[in-house]
Amino acid sequence: MQAKAGQFFSSGHTNNWAVLVCTSRFWFNYRHVANTLSVYRSVKRLGIPDSHIVLMLADDMACNHRNPKPATVFSHKNMELNVYGDDVEVDYRGYEVTVENFLRVLTGRLPPSTPRSKRLLSDDHSNILIYLTGTSRWNGFLKFQDSEEISNVELADAFEQMWTKRRYNELLFIIDTCQGASMYERFYSPNLMALASSQVGEDSLSHQPDLAIGVHLMDRYTFYLLEFLEDIHPASTANMNDLFKVCPKSQCVSTPGHRTDLFLRDPGNVLITDFFGSVRKVEITMETINLTAPMVFSIEIIIKNYCNQ
Amino acid sequence: MGLLSDPNRRRALTKLLTRLNAPICVMCYLAGVAWFMGLAFEPFTLRTYMSENAMGSTMVEERFPAGERALATGREFAAHKKKVGGMPVDWLVKTMQSRGLEVFTQSFTRKLPFPDENKERYMVRGTNVYGILRAPRAPRTEALVLSAPCSEGNNNNQAVGLLLGLAQYFRSQIHWAKDIIFLVNEHDLIGMQAWLEGYHHTNTTGGDWSPLQGRGGSIQAALSLELSSDVITSLDLVLEGLNGQLPNLDLANLFYAFCQKIGVLCTIQGKLQRNDWDTTSGYSHAAQTMMLMVLKQASGRPWGDHGLFLRYHIEAASIRGINSFRQYKTDTTTIGRLLEGMYRKLNNLLERLHQSYFFYLMPSLSRFVSIGYYMPAFGLLAVILLLRVSFHLWDNRGFYFYLTPSSPGVLSILTPVVISHMTGVALYTLPILSQEMAVQHFPVSETEAVVLTAIAIYTAGLALPHNTHRLLQGEGTEEGWRVLKLVALLYLAVLLGCTALINFSLGFILALSLVPIAAFITPHTPKALSAAIMVLLSPGCTLLYCVFVFQELQETPVSLQDGWMLFLSVISQGILDHALYGSLVYPLLALLIYPCWLLLWNILFWK
Repeated sequence: MQAKAGQFFSSGHTNNWAVLVCTSRFWFNYRHVANTLSVYRSVKRLGIPDSHIVLMLADDMACNHRNPKPATVFSHKNMELNVYGDDVEVDYRGYEVTVENFLRVLTGRLPPSTPRSKRLLSDDHSNILIYLTGTSRWNGFLKFQDSEEISNVELADAFEQMWTKRRYNELLFIIDTCQGASMYERFYSPNLMALASSQVGEDSLSHQPDLAIGVHLMDRYTFYLLEFLEDIHPASTANMNDLFKVCPKSQCVSTPGHRTDLFLRDPGNVLITDFFGSVRKVEITMETINLTAPMVFSIEIIIKNYCNQ
Repeated sequence: MGLLSDPNRRRALTKLLTRLNAPICVMCYLAGVAWFMGLAFEPFTLRTYMSENAMGSTMVEERFPAGERALATGREFAAHKKKVGGMPVDWLVKTMQSRGLEVFTQSFTRKLPFPDENKERYMVRGTNVYGILRAPRAPRTEALVLSAPCSEGNNNNQAVGLLLGLAQYFRSQIHWAKDIIFLVNEHDLIGMQAWLEGYHHTNTTGGDWSPLQGRGGSIQAALSLELSSDVITSLDLVLEGLNGQLPNLDLANLFYAFCQKIGVLCTIQGKLQRNDWDTTSGYSHAAQTMMLMVLKQASGRPWGDHGLFLRYHIEAASIRGINSFRQYKTDTTTIGRLLEGMYRKLNNLLERLHQSYFFYLMPSLSRFVSIGYYMPAFGLLAVILLLRVSFHLWDNRGFYFYLTPSSPGVLSILTPVVISHMTGVALYTLPILSQEMAVQHFPVSETEAVVLTAIAIYTAGLALPHNTHRLLQGEGTEEGWRVLKLVALLYLAVLLGCTALINFSLGFILALSLVPIAAFITPHTPKALSAAIMVLLSPGCTLLYCVFVFQELQETPVSLQDGWMLFLSVISQGILDHALYGSLVYPLLALLIYPCWLLLWNILFWK
């Protein structure tokens, strides 16, 4: 029993955060918003609450004048799944999705007036999932909003800042754009694992052309990623090696890539739910605690007990 | 030392240029013509492709169902048109209102400079009717236009019927992000000009129209529909607009992509595309299509109702339904679906069409030649003029010949220039001004009077050199004609260059005929032969040849008599287009090209 309990703490994280970013606007980039919303849905289903998700969407597809089904965003061409739903909470919308805001969210350097929903309040026991999607025509850049770019060097430096400020325990970075692998080339901080939908020089292709709506609904990599995640439930034991196998070249046409050299644990030991879900850690204590003692004192004892384990 | 800074090398270069000047000029001319003809050869052209990201592919579901109802509406329109004897304004307003559009009318009057054969009266009066389909959720900042002309007789009834049918269908869709304006214009181009001027609050041509009560935002694209039969065999795309302006190539690409998707035969210049580019007949087919486009662009007149939109930077094209003797017929529902698809794609636009080319030639609907490829053909012709300038500057006498004591007086150079231009001004203004007088003295109609006056002034200009010298004292010198020739060559080079930039076809055709005579005319060439060649290559005769070639290319060759009548009507149309829509071909030819040719004629008869 003790050993099984010990297994729970092998990852060392106590809370999960997700930062999901769609960087492109305009109606013909409908699929990027659908990508992000699909990952948002899966992450919520697996347990991460809205308060721990920072969702950034650069354009409003659901209420776009050209949407023949207003207030919906579909991810499948038979319009099976409306990923917009009734309870979506978008934290950064429209023109607020900028490189500056994204980096400020990551590093925590936000003005004091920023509301809690717009902050990434992670600590050194947080596992963070970062998902980026958009268009990228060049090697090493991701285009934000048609007018600015973030480079892979900036991203790597932001993650280093996060590591120095102890803002994460482990970080999983997924990117679905053309030449996605170029974005994780420059990472140098520990405990980073990265996945990309295509290698340098390759294009990530879209999927699901829908004639009624008139646009592509999803990108290939995220489509198969979503299919994979649909089989994951909070108690699932699937690990990262399974995630690396998602969308092989026969289905994706591009070659997905991944990077694990900075990660301290073996990917085979890392559960999918370590990043995609918010598995509550149950701590079994054998001691009895006297609750009639003053509140502060008893809380101190609980904390002491917890930290000593 | 460098090639140009070393005086020895420079002298050698100039000697080479002066010695071999004539052969180099001839070679450049032949190279220019060969380059132009080679443009139609398929390996030298590029396949058309959609450049605009927002329009993407033809990924849209077309569901227009009401082709038969559209035809019934068209028949109703025809009946009402016959009853009223013109445009059935009340019926149109009522029908558009019942379809849920915001309907407005605009009445206009236009005084023609002379009554042409179509209108046969001085005043043209009419009404335009247009209905605006407001976008359900969007702000009213952008609009698209679908127009059909209200023509006399049995023409274009089906077009108006389809327009009304599409209006009803579009009204039930919620995905429109731009307002759609459905316009029925009377008197074709005159009505369209009045509507556009009223919409954009300009008045460039002096018409009189009532202001528009309803507007829809800035127009992003427009299509004009011409359909005169219930079933068609092919759709023809017309691109050439006023002053040879063309819409963005993406509009043609969009049309072609949808024709491919739906399976409708599409043509350009009325000619179907062929696959056998490596055979002579295949190549000549493509060359004929391209030549037709060049001739139509050079004429500077709008070849469809869409031609007037281009001036306002609105990409527009005309779609004409053709019913020939093919077996496979397309019905109205399919045409409606094609238009629905095109409008849904135009609806996705975020900015005006600007990603693709604005200057191009099309040997077929799926191949194009861009400006970077066709301009060298003109450049080779223009360089001949510069070579001759260099020849006359460096010929034998060295660099400084114009400072010798026998330099000509300014007056003897200025006089021919001034007189030539005044003849040009006379050619421009007198035909219209003197039509009253001409009609009183001769038994001709006003149109014929105008045209024949123009031809008379043109021919009278030939007698000028003999009379000019009566004005001047003394004889012209040897230096005189050289300086005049320099002036004429530079003037022609600048003129043709500017023309080719705006309207490549016009510049190229004028260069083909004027550059040889400008290059080789001197007073010392045999007079009779040179005079004959000059007259044969003058702008007027070039126009005559173009008329015959145009008829030949359209596979309706004409006899000499009919050709001559056609030539006269072309001149009258040119003058009318200038007065009504601001076409620049007639003023260019009368005020600038013709005086330039007269200068060369003066040089030939220099004494």
